[in-house]
Amino acid sequence: MFLKRFFALLNARNKEFLRDRSAVSWNILMPMLIVAGFAFTFNGNFADQYKIGLVNAAQAAGLVDTLQAIKYIEYIKVTDIEAAKIKVQRHQLDMLIDAPQRRYWINDESPKGYLLEKIILSSNAGPLQKQVVSGKQIRYLDWVIPGILAMNMMFSALFGVGYVIVRYRKNGMLKRLKATPVTALEYLSVQIVSRLILIMAITIFIFYATNLFVDYAMHGSQLSLFLVFALGTISMISLGLLIAARVSSEETAGGLLNLFSWPMMFLSGVWFSLEGTNPVMQKIAEVFPLTHVTAAARSIMIDGAGLQDVSYHLIILIAQSIVFLAIGALTFRWE
Amino acid sequence: MVTPLLEVRNLVKHYPQVQAVNGVSFSLSAGTCFGLLGPNGAGKTTTVEILEGINAPTSGEILYKGEPVGKRFRNEAGIMFQSTALQDFISVRETLQMFARLYPKNADLDDLMKRCALTEYVEQDNRKLSGGQRQRLLLAIALVNDPDMIFLDEPTTGLDPQARRNFWDLIESIKAQGKTILLTTHYMDEAYVLCDAIAIMDHGKIIAQGTPKQLLEAHFNDVILQLPEASFADSGDFPYPLHKHKGQVEITTQDVNHAIKELLARHISLTHLQIRSRNLDDLFLELTGKQLRA
Repeated sequence: MFLKRFFALLNARNKEFLRDRSAVSWNILMPMLIVAGFAFTFNGNFADQYKIGLVNAAQAAGLVDTLQAIKYIEYIKVTDIEAAKIKVQRHQLDMLIDAPQRRYWINDESPKGYLLEKIILSSNAGPLQKQVVSGKQIRYLDWVIPGILAMNMMFSALFGVGYVIVRYRKNGMLKRLKATPVTALEYLSVQIVSRLILIMAITIFIFYATNLFVDYAMHGSQLSLFLVFALGTISMISLGLLIAARVSSEETAGGLLNLFSWPMMFLSGVWFSLEGTNPVMQKIAEVFPLTHVTAAARSIMIDGAGLQDVSYHLIILIAQSIVFLAIGALTFRWE
Repeated sequence: MVTPLLEVRNLVKHYPQVQAVNGVSFSLSAGTCFGLLGPNGAGKTTTVEILEGINAPTSGEILYKGEPVGKRFRNEAGIMFQSTALQDFISVRETLQMFARLYPKNADLDDLMKRCALTEYVEQDNRKLSGGQRQRLLLAIALVNDPDMIFLDEPTTGLDPQARRNFWDLIESIKAQGKTILLTTHYMDEAYVLCDAIAIMDHGKIIAQGTPKQLLEAHFNDVILQLPEASFADSGDFPYPLHKHKGQVEITTQDVNHAIKELLARHISLTHLQIRSRNLDDLFLELTGKQLRA
């Protein structure tokens, strides 16, 4: 009986979404346009700050002082030079300077790195020797794509589920369902599965379609990537359900959804690395599901990481889903 | 004694500021139509929503087939709310199919659509239904599980007169199948035509209960004579109570012959005279002091 009721509601909800052509096309078009925009302009650096890693800074204080006199550059002291080089590859650092040895590394694919090189070399820092980071250099586009895919999933999950539930509560559709044998958990499970199918279908489509014209890095297993995306989607849908559990006005729902989605969009490391940012902000970012989806997807796509390597993020996503859904189901109001 | 299909005992619902329902008791025999009437704010919707399981009572008991309401009731009750939005982008047939799958027992859907005169619109998107079609679909949804107990909350509000009459026929046909109906309505004529028993609520309490005929007989032993105000120029010392309403003068009397004699003695034209017996509207006004649709 549970399955019969589950599929009856699921079927109706899927039909409702798929027949709403404007909603479907918008869900597909929007992320495609973002990716296309990035591929075209290639300069979507939201953070207007440059980040330079400094190795053994204490041993060359004079040079470091000269460098630090240049404005709008953030210096991060690093100890592990090899790890720092990888960060340069991945746009987490724009440049790495070994001051005592008077050497620097940049990523030739990085527009920021290019500009920093010009700035540093024309300063009073004196001659420095250029080193090229080894291995495949990652374009900013490669770095940002996992985050864009995850961010699109987040908007679709939060707004797609949150708004729909609040609308149904407001117009009495939920009250009508309450008068049937359907339980809150059944109803919420339908919302999760229905959205999950739609978001995954759209994400997979976008993943392959955009890859046709931008050919971005994909070094890991596609299956692992989709598992990360699926867990991330479930976690973010559960968050949407939690936000919409008791609200009955669309305006309040809109406000709450924005309250969650905007900080997530900017503080989850989608657009710029959180490396070197305020530690409090980094702690806050840890709470966001989007941070973990983006980090895990990025590791898989750029570094070819396996599921084991990203298990920390996966466990957090699963735990978040359980907590959000449990509170959502317990506090759920039909009216 | 036969166990009533639904029995309500001393139902109470208190909100922080309001006592919405204040000790309501009634029972419904199987196969009857029970009307719950009352002005806005009387507590009838709260009462019905408690019965439907939408709202929890503060105290009181509700027995269905002799047992406290539970899963069985949920499976065997059919509910038509006053206003319900339907899912967009799905058709009448798909809507009925979805609701049917939520219940263990189903009515024959084709037959149901025929009875509710929906056959022509089965493929129509819910968004494109007219008011009457929509109400018929909501009724069909209430009947989709072939319920024993049906709740109809103001089912004809907003319908044109013809659609209302058609809807009454539909409800009559449901009654004919032996179903038990609880109807809330604003329309006294509707209650009079459809209900075997009625209860009038005000301030969270039932103030009168019985068959429409019993109630009218118990409260009134007079009739009303109506004349246009224009022809009733001199009301001077008329020996019966007069009430002016919408250009008509209403005379309440227990002795029609004498009242007419008095009118003739005053040379009042009887050309437009109408005599009517008391109806539920009068009863309602008498009991609650309010117009039903105030």
